Amino acid sequence: MKQILGILITLVAVYIFTAVIGDNFLSAYNQEQLMKRTALYGLLAIGVSFVIITGGIDLSIGSVVCLVGCGVPWLIVDHQWSPTMAVLAALGVAVLIGLCHGFLITKVKLQPFVVTLCGLLIYRGATRGLVDDRTLGLGSGFLEFRKMATGKIELTEKFGIPMPFVFLVIVGLLAWVFLRKTIWGRYLFALGNNEEAARLSGINTDRMVTLSYVICSVLAAFGGLLFLLDGNTAQPNDFGNFYELYAIAAAVLGGCSLRGGSGTVLGVIIGAAVMQILKNMIILIDWLKSNMEFFVVGVVLLVAVIADELVKRRVRRQK
Amino acid sequence: MLIARGVTKRFPGVVALKGVDLAIAPGEVVSLIGENGAGKSTLMKILAGVQKPDEGEVTMAGRTLDVSSVAAAQAQGISLIHQELNLAENLSVAANIFLGREPQRFGFLDQKMIRTEALRYLAKVGLEVDPELPLGHLSLGKQQLVEIAKALSTRAKVIIMDEPTSSLSQGEVETLFRVIRDLKDEGVSVIYISHRLVEVMALSDRVVVFRDGENVGELGPDEMRHDAMVRLMVGRDVSQLYQRTEHELGEVVLSVEGLRTKANPDVEIGLQVRAGEIVGIAGLVGAGRSEVLEAIFGMTPAVAGKVQGVRPKSPCDAMALGLAFVPEDRKKKGLILDMTVEENTNLASLRSDARGGFLNREKERNLCREMTESLAIKTPGPWQKARFLSGGNQQKIVLAKWLALSPKILLLDEPTRGVDIGSKEEIYQLMEKFASEGMAVLFVSSELDEVMGMADRVLVMREGRMTGELKRGEFSEEAIMNLATQS
Repeated sequence: MKQILGILITLVAVYIFTAVIGDNFLSAYNQEQLMKRTALYGLLAIGVSFVIITGGIDLSIGSVVCLVGCGVPWLIVDHQWSPTMAVLAALGVAVLIGLCHGFLITKVKLQPFVVTLCGLLIYRGATRGLVDDRTLGLGSGFLEFRKMATGKIELTEKFGIPMPFVFLVIVGLLAWVFLRKTIWGRYLFALGNNEEAARLSGINTDRMVTLSYVICSVLAAFGGLLFLLDGNTAQPNDFGNFYELYAIAAAVLGGCSLRGGSGTVLGVIIGAAVMQILKNMIILIDWLKSNMEFFVVGVVLLVAVIADELVKRRVRRQK
Repeated sequence: MLIARGVTKRFPGVVALKGVDLAIAPGEVVSLIGENGAGKSTLMKILAGVQKPDEGEVTMAGRTLDVSSVAAAQAQGISLIHQELNLAENLSVAANIFLGREPQRFGFLDQKMIRTEALRYLAKVGLEVDPELPLGHLSLGKQQLVEIAKALSTRAKVIIMDEPTSSLSQGEVETLFRVIRDLKDEGVSVIYISHRLVEVMALSDRVVVFRDGENVGELGPDEMRHDAMVRLMVGRDVSQLYQRTEHELGEVVLSVEGLRTKANPDVEIGLQVRAGEIVGIAGLVGAGRSEVLEAIFGMTPAVAGKVQGVRPKSPCDAMALGLAFVPEDRKKKGLILDMTVEENTNLASLRSDARGGFLNREKERNLCREMTESLAIKTPGPWQKARFLSGGNQQKIVLAKWLALSPKILLLDEPTRGVDIGSKEEIYQLMEKFASEGMAVLFVSSELDEVMGMADRVLVMREGRMTGELKRGEFSEEAIMNLATQS
């Protein structure tokens, strides 16, 4: 609880502020949209937080989103695969990508930043070549399939919980159980804090690190699939652009240290929500140009990180 | 000339210095002795501006000394030569001597000046090497002399040497002593920190003894005797510190054959330890002792060789053979500092206690309670982060982590480094207890007293190879040092 208190206060403050100044912020439609986008980015953020907890980083998330977002309609529309097969193929490719990252980082001993930076370039470039830069989508069909992202659980006539949010809750719970209730979660935190000491305690650190990259890529693929089903159109040159940075920012806002060894699932989800409310706020506030989104997000992130560091220092001094 | 008054330094969980006084006269060679963790190195780091004191002041020739940074201390004539040399091995000898204070002409390095000045200072320490040579090409002993040349080039009035001989050969030690005597004649004061009491007696005008962060006594030239020094250091007779019983030796439980470590791949090492036996490995720093333990435990897998008939490729493999390893650097390799006492205690045994991968919190709590009681670990609670415990208690947590697996063989690398005297005694008692319960204990130590006090048998290493084996009864500081340094 103590770990997420800061981000929780931020969430409430930003939420109230935006509700007060923005006319339509509290409308059922806007709230639904907010939940949906929080869920989509939250899934990516949970994925990357596994990697960040080990002390690593994954910059290839946006490109994996692109690969899946373009690859799935390409398989279904251009090559007449069934949606099920296409999704399984996408997840399979994501597992392979994660294994590759893990292998290069733990066995070849390359730096995570470099490996996944190459991934960022390779998967996007490959996707663009694969589909010849065409804009892809599922067209007017596959409505049932698209309900995974567009459907909702109706609570009232106007308001329902979007399906992606349901997925976020499920994935969040699974991630929380994994990180807090299983030995593997404990191992991830241990090796994120001190990989050598963890290895000397008999933990197969290489395997755990690889696992974290697989989880990250699979969640990126799952997120990419939902992004596609939601928007129903994907342009290979910009689909998923910068999404890894949104995910990393949400994770950091939510209390993950890039030094590794700390982070909570709930914090990361709240971090993702704060990012989305900020985006919303920028659109709703007249005197802020909407093209200054990155500016606002950057400033908020910086302030949050500085505040966090100051609080930590204070705690340390009291001890 | 140099006077420290009431210097106090606190670290999380431990007071390293408790209001210490120390005075040094010009041209005096003062030795500082004391157990690991007694506060010698901390005081020296404060004098040299590496660490800031919490209380107290330092004066030189009556003026308060600014010891807020290394550069400030150096400018005022204090130079510290670290135990681990602080030199850039890729740079040349001359560049190292003037690192950070390079003579310049019009903003460019004055290479000619650097060369001639370097030669002058190298001559002072009796070192005949080409100043252009990369430092890494020199032996450790010669690098040590380069450090001294560097200290001289800052016109140091006080040179502090922290364990300078721990990695030197006999010949290099003699050269170093000659240089120290020359310095003394020129009026430079030397503070000499060492564990080697023989050297201390040969070299110093005065001995200052530290124990648990306090200056507990000084000995003049006529009082410097081995037993007197040890009694002050330990606070009691040594025989009390190492309470040994006769061990009943069982069958061989650790057998290492043809082990070639990565550091010394051309040398084959073989050794055996019996159940209930405590075996010590002695030797100079850099003799390859830690590397042997690390290879046995699969931490740095051996190039070749067998442990219990197989070659451990990872700590996992070694644990399956019943091995446990307490590494030298507990902060970097033994503990997860930001995890709790309970989490650290359980780290190695999690897998065997888990049900289908899920943590068993009750077992974790019980194990932690059991271990804090039986090893007398002092912690405010199981939730405390390991970072905030004292060295001795941290070391006990590392031990607890392994005891949870009931290992047959316990490997320890410098088991009492940086722990206070009380914890030291407790760790010795634990080693003794493990052995009497039938565990095989193999430990590496740089403290001869410790090796001779605890071991049933001592193996001595030099330059990667085993140079001898001594049984209890054959032990003496001289015999071990001969095997460790003969060339």
